Amino acid sequence: MAYSDKLLDHFKNPRNVGTLDKSDKKVGTGLVGAPECGDVMRLQIQVNEEGLIEDAKFKTFGCGSAIASSSLATEWLKGKSVDEALAIDNMALVEELALPPVKIHCSVLAEDAIKSAIKDYQEKNGLEVTVVMNEHH
Amino acid sequence: MSKDRLIYLDNNATTPTDPRVVDAMLPFFYENPGNAASRNHPFGWKAEEAVDYAREQIANLIKVDSKEIIFTSGATEADNLAIKGVFEMYARKGNHIITLKTEHKAVLDACKKVEKMGGEVTYLDVDREGLVNLADLEAAIKDNTILVSIMWANNETGVIQPMKEIGAICEKHGVLFMSDATQVVGKIPVDPKAVGVHLMAFTAHKMYGPKGVGALFVNRKKPRVKVTAQMDGGGHERGMRSGTLNVPGIVGFGKAAEIAAKEMDQDMARLSKLRDKLENSLVSSLEEVYINGSVEHRMPHVTNLSFKHVEGEGLMMTFNQNMAVSSGSACTSASLEPSYVLIALGLGDDLAHSSIRFSLGRFTKEEDVDYAIEALQKGVTHMRDLSPIWEMYKEGIDLESIEWSAH
Ligand SMILES: Cc1ncc(COP(=O)(O)O)c(C=O)c1O
Repeated sequence: MAYSDKLLDHFKNPRNVGTLDKSDKKVGTGLVGAPECGDVMRLQIQVNEEGLIEDAKFKTFGCGSAIASSSLATEWLKGKSVDEALAIDNMALVEELALPPVKIHCSVLAEDAIKSAIKDYQEKNGLEVTVVMNEHH
Repeated sequence: MSKDRLIYLDNNATTPTDPRVVDAMLPFFYENPGNAASRNHPFGWKAEEAVDYAREQIANLIKVDSKEIIFTSGATEADNLAIKGVFEMYARKGNHIITLKTEHKAVLDACKKVEKMGGEVTYLDVDREGLVNLADLEAAIKDNTILVSIMWANNETGVIQPMKEIGAICEKHGVLFMSDATQVVGKIPVDPKAVGVHLMAFTAHKMYGPKGVGALFVNRKKPRVKVTAQMDGGGHERGMRSGTLNVPGIVGFGKAAEIAAKEMDQDMARLSKLRDKLENSLVSSLEEVYINGSVEHRMPHVTNLSFKHVEGEGLMMTFNQNMAVSSGSACTSASLEPSYVLIALGLGDDLAHSSIRFSLGRFTKEEDVDYAIEALQKGVTHMRDLSPIWEMYKEGIDLESIEWSAH
């Protein structure tokens, strides 16, 4: 199975790799997946006073599609409001990266990571939690 | 690191066909097109003669009589023929088969079919090294046991089973011993009669021969073993396997056997040195690298390594434009389950996801291994820089203490 150029680019030159300070109130952290399942994503957002995501970082243990999905997700997150970020749908990642059917779960995981980071941010700041996590299995 | 040539370190999946084998096969497509079963004209005679010669070449390699070689389409068919064929042929003696959890799917799924047909199958565990426990094997043999099916060496780990000891147990209890020897024939000395193997499956494309041709060795004397044919037809191969013989394929298989018999010793010596170089370099230059399976009882050209906190398919993507290996990671299979073979060795799912199998071959050069060492060092470092669990591990966080959201 051949991967799309976009996927390969995100895999080889991942954007926004790194770690934000978890204890910072402006930072929301999402850690999803499990080592036994072969993928773990940690996605972090940093939200400014206006409620815009001014920075996003990720680290992912997983296959190429998981890494590319999270890299692309951080790119999309930057500059978005929290509400806009919540509207990111995994199928948009699937389309953009041309993920094959067996890799759709990687995009689902990236969507979960976004939601989980936002939830963490909202809880930390005493905001109303507007995130509805997907139910899997 | 760009390469003009793709590096192939996946010889356990299949081997390149040796050019000498190709040369031997070519005359049997157009110039000598005969059907080996055509008894009444020179085309048929020529084909039959070529098949007989190949049968000798193969029999010589494994030290059996040429009449004991039944040609098939490959090891999958030979495994099926042995297991289902014995089950049917020996139905009056019993219906119980013993095998290993780490067998190839061709054996495991044939055994599942036997269960559906009313048979009983015991799937034995292996130890951490991937070896059968001989006491467990002996204890599993019952009055209705007809067959023990244990592979000579495993395709994923290269671990070699104690064939002689298994053969002795089978002999003592009067049960047939079948072995899937796909990964060993042509690579290391294999002498089924010396270790008490009565049926043995193998295939040309793992020993520098063509794809689509294999064989089942069936012992003819003491004991005289028979299997029920699994395909009905013209009664070729002493009635055990019908179908017009694949003459060019069989000629190539024979040539491959002849070359293997001559060159095996030098190939083994050279490849075990290269394998050790690859393994030692990676284990000593990278942290947290684990060797999967027995180091002592192992094929000379195989190493299966887990690079902790790096996912195998992702790792392969860092170099797979230039180099081919394989992984036990779930992401390389359709099932999303990591390698059942590595799980049977007691590896956690995480280490199974992190495994890479390197299998060298006759055409592997030292510079290929040097390339692999560098590619893996770079790839593992890249993937660990990206890995949140590597970061946690480095910070001393106990990964077991985290509540993961399994998905
Ligand atoms: C141990 C083992 N048995 C059986 C097979 C199947 O061989 P074939 O491709 O000839 O059917 C393989 C190869 O994939 C193998 O490694």
